[in-house]
Amino acid sequence: MIPALKIPIGDWAADAVSWIVANASGPFSALRQLFVWMYNGVDTILTLPPFWLLIALIAVAGLFARGILFAIGSVLGLGLIVAMDQWDNAMSTLALVLVAAFLAVLIAIPLGIAAAKSKIVSLIVKPVMDFLQTMPAFVYLVPALLLFRIGVAPGIIATIIFAIPPGVRLTELGIRGVNKEVVEAGTAFGASPWRLLRQIQLPLAMPSIMAGINQVIMLSLSMVVIAGLVGAGGLGADVVAALNRLDTALGVEAGLAVVILAVLLDRFTSAFGQRRGIYATLVARRVEKLPTVAVPADSLNQAA
Amino acid sequence: MDPNEEQVEVNSLYKVFGKDPQTALTKLKRGDGRASLDANQTAAVIDASFQVRRGEIFVVMGLSGSGKSTLIRMLNGLVEPTDGWVNIGGEKITGIPERQLRTIRERKVSMVFQNFGLLPHRSVIDNVAYGLEIQKVSPAERRRRAGEVIEMVGLAGWEHSMPSELSGGMQQRVGIARALATDTEVLLMDEAFSALDPLIRREMQEQLLELQGRLGKTIIFITHDLNEAMFLGERIAVMRDGRIVQIGTPEKILTDPANDYVAQFVADVDRARVVTAGAVMEHARAVVQQGAGPRGALRVMRDDQTSAAFVVNRNRELLGAITDRDALHLVQSGVSTMTRFSPVASVAPGTVLADLVVPSIESPLPVVVTDDAGRLQGVVPRVTLLAALGGDSNGGTASAPKQERLSPSELDAILGSAPTKEAAL
Repeated sequence: MIPALKIPIGDWAADAVSWIVANASGPFSALRQLFVWMYNGVDTILTLPPFWLLIALIAVAGLFARGILFAIGSVLGLGLIVAMDQWDNAMSTLALVLVAAFLAVLIAIPLGIAAAKSKIVSLIVKPVMDFLQTMPAFVYLVPALLLFRIGVAPGIIATIIFAIPPGVRLTELGIRGVNKEVVEAGTAFGASPWRLLRQIQLPLAMPSIMAGINQVIMLSLSMVVIAGLVGAGGLGADVVAALNRLDTALGVEAGLAVVILAVLLDRFTSAFGQRRGIYATLVARRVEKLPTVAVPADSLNQAA
Repeated sequence: MDPNEEQVEVNSLYKVFGKDPQTALTKLKRGDGRASLDANQTAAVIDASFQVRRGEIFVVMGLSGSGKSTLIRMLNGLVEPTDGWVNIGGEKITGIPERQLRTIRERKVSMVFQNFGLLPHRSVIDNVAYGLEIQKVSPAERRRRAGEVIEMVGLAGWEHSMPSELSGGMQQRVGIARALATDTEVLLMDEAFSALDPLIRREMQEQLLELQGRLGKTIIFITHDLNEAMFLGERIAVMRDGRIVQIGTPEKILTDPANDYVAQFVADVDRARVVTAGAVMEHARAVVQQGAGPRGALRVMRDDQTSAAFVVNRNRELLGAITDRDALHLVQSGVSTMTRFSPVASVAPGTVLADLVVPSIESPLPVVVTDDAGRLQGVVPRVTLLAALGGDSNGGTASAPKQERLSPSELDAILGSAPTKEAAL
C-alpha cells in the first residue's frame, strides 16, 4: 500500500472518540453510573439469598415453564456450578446478561416496530444492523473502554450493541409477516394504527418477537464473556485469566459454567412463546371451564 | 327515510398505482387505454360511477385484475382514490382526514373479507364484538349484542371457540356477524364466498338473502362468479380492465349485453354452458356407509322413502348405488356386507350442465357430483337439471335415487325381524 493513498478512516474514528472523551464525556459518565447501578442492583438480588434457595426458585420456575425434566436438569446444572466454586462468578455474569439483554430488548423492539411500519426507517436500520452484527465483537471494546473506562459499563454497552440486531430484525419480520387481510380487517373496522399494533400486530408477531428476545439473550451471554477482557468480572474474567495463565483447569470450569447458564437461559426464553409446562396446563384447564353450550351433532351439520 | 334514497354514490372514480399518477390520470381522462401508461403505472380503476340505493344488493363482477377489489376498497378508504369522489349516506368520504375516515369505518361501512380476516387469537364472540370494542361500547353491552348476532347467523354455542376450530363456512359466518354487529348501514363484501366449497357457498348465498330480507342493509358484493352475481344481485356492474362496462339487472345483462365482452361473458355461452353442476347440485339424501351393511342401507331407504341408496366408504368416496331389491336379497340370504354395487354416473363440480344431459338420460339414478378425490359432493336429479336449463337453478326438489319402491310394510317386516338399535331405544 502506498502510504500517501491511505484513507485514514481509523484515525478519524480515533480522533472522534478522543474528542468525545475530552469534550462530551458527560452523558457517557451518566450512562456509566446508570449501568453500574443497574448491574449492582441485579447482582445484589442474585447473591443475597443463599445459593440453594435461588436454585430452588429457579427449579420451581423451570417446572412451571417447561416441566419436571427441565426442573431436575436445572438443579443438576446449577449444582455443578456450585461444586466448581463458580457460583458467585456465574451470578455476576447472569446479572450482566440480564441488564444488557433488558436494555437491548428495550431498544430493539421499538426499533423493529418502527422499521416494520416505515420503509425509510427499515432502509436505514438494515445496513446499520448488518454493520453491528458483522463488526468483530472485540472492536467494540476499544472505544467502549475509552468512553466508559474499565469495569462493567464498557462490557454492558458493547454487549448491548452486539446483541441488538436479531431483536430488531425478528421484530420487524414478525410484524411484517402478520396476515395482511387481518390487518386490513382491523383497519376496515376503524382501528387506529396504535390499536392495530397493540391488538393485532404485536400479539400475532409474538412468536417471532420471542425468538428475537431469545437470540438477544444468547448473544448477550456470548459477548459478556468477551467483556471479561475489559474488567467486566464474572465468568469472563476467569476465562481471560485462564487464557493468560494457560490454566486449563480454570478455563474448563468457567467455560462449563457458561455453557450451563446458556442452556438454562435458552430453554427458559424459548418456553415463553410455547405452551408447555405446568403453567400451560393450568391455563388450558381454565379455558375448558368456561361455559360452553353443548351442541348436538345434528345442529353442527346444519351450521356447517 | 326514503327507500329509494341513494345510499352509496360513486362518481368518476380513478385509481392509478405507481409513480406519477397525475400524468397517467390525464392520459386516462383523454380516453387512452390502460396500455398507454408506463410500465410502472397500473390503472386499477378507470372512471367508475354508480349509485346504490338503500337496501339494495349491488354486485360488481369481473375477472381477476379487473379492478373490482380496488374499487370496493375505495368505498371505505382502505385505498385512496387518485381522482373522483364517494358519498356514503350523503357524506363525502374521499379526501377527508384519517381520523374522520376512521369514524366512517366505525359507524357507516363494514366489510367482509375473502379469507375471512378473523383475528386468530380471539374467540368467536370477541371477534364479532371487535367493531363494537372500537366504538367503545361497554363490555357487557357488546357481549350481549355480539351474542344476538351470533345467534342470527346460526353460530349459537360456538361463542367461545377459536376461529381455527371452525370450518370455512362457519368462519365466514363469524366474518358476517362481525360486520353486522356494528349495525352499519353499508356492507362491503369482497369475494366473501369465493373461498368456500360450492355447496356451502350456495347455502351462504341463501342465508345472506334471508338476512338481507330481515335487515335491509345496503350491500356491495364483489365476485368473479357469474352464477353468484346472478343469484344475489339486484343489479350487476360488469368490470373489465378497470372500467365498468355495463350496469343492469341480471336479466338485462343476460338478455341485452352492452358490448361484445359482456355478451361473451354471459350469453355467447348459453346457460347450459355457463352454469355448472356444482352450482345446481343438491344434498344427496339417501347415502349409506359401506360399513352399515345391507340392513343399514334398507333402513336409510325406508327413512328417506327411496328405492335405492348411494354407498360411500369411510372417506365419503362414492362406491356406487344399491337398490332396495338387491339389499333385500342380501339380507334374506344372510349376507351382512355389501361388495357389489350398481354403477352410477358421476361428474366433477365444474362440469357444465350441457355435459350432464347424456349421463342424466342414461342413468336411472340422479347424476352424482364428486370432487377430485371421488368424494360425494351432491347430486343433480333430472328435475333439477331441467329446471336449471330452463333458467331456474332452484327448481328441483327430489334428490334421492328414484325408482319404483318396495312397499314400506315389506321393509318394516324385514328390518323389524331382528333387534336393532332403534328398537332398543
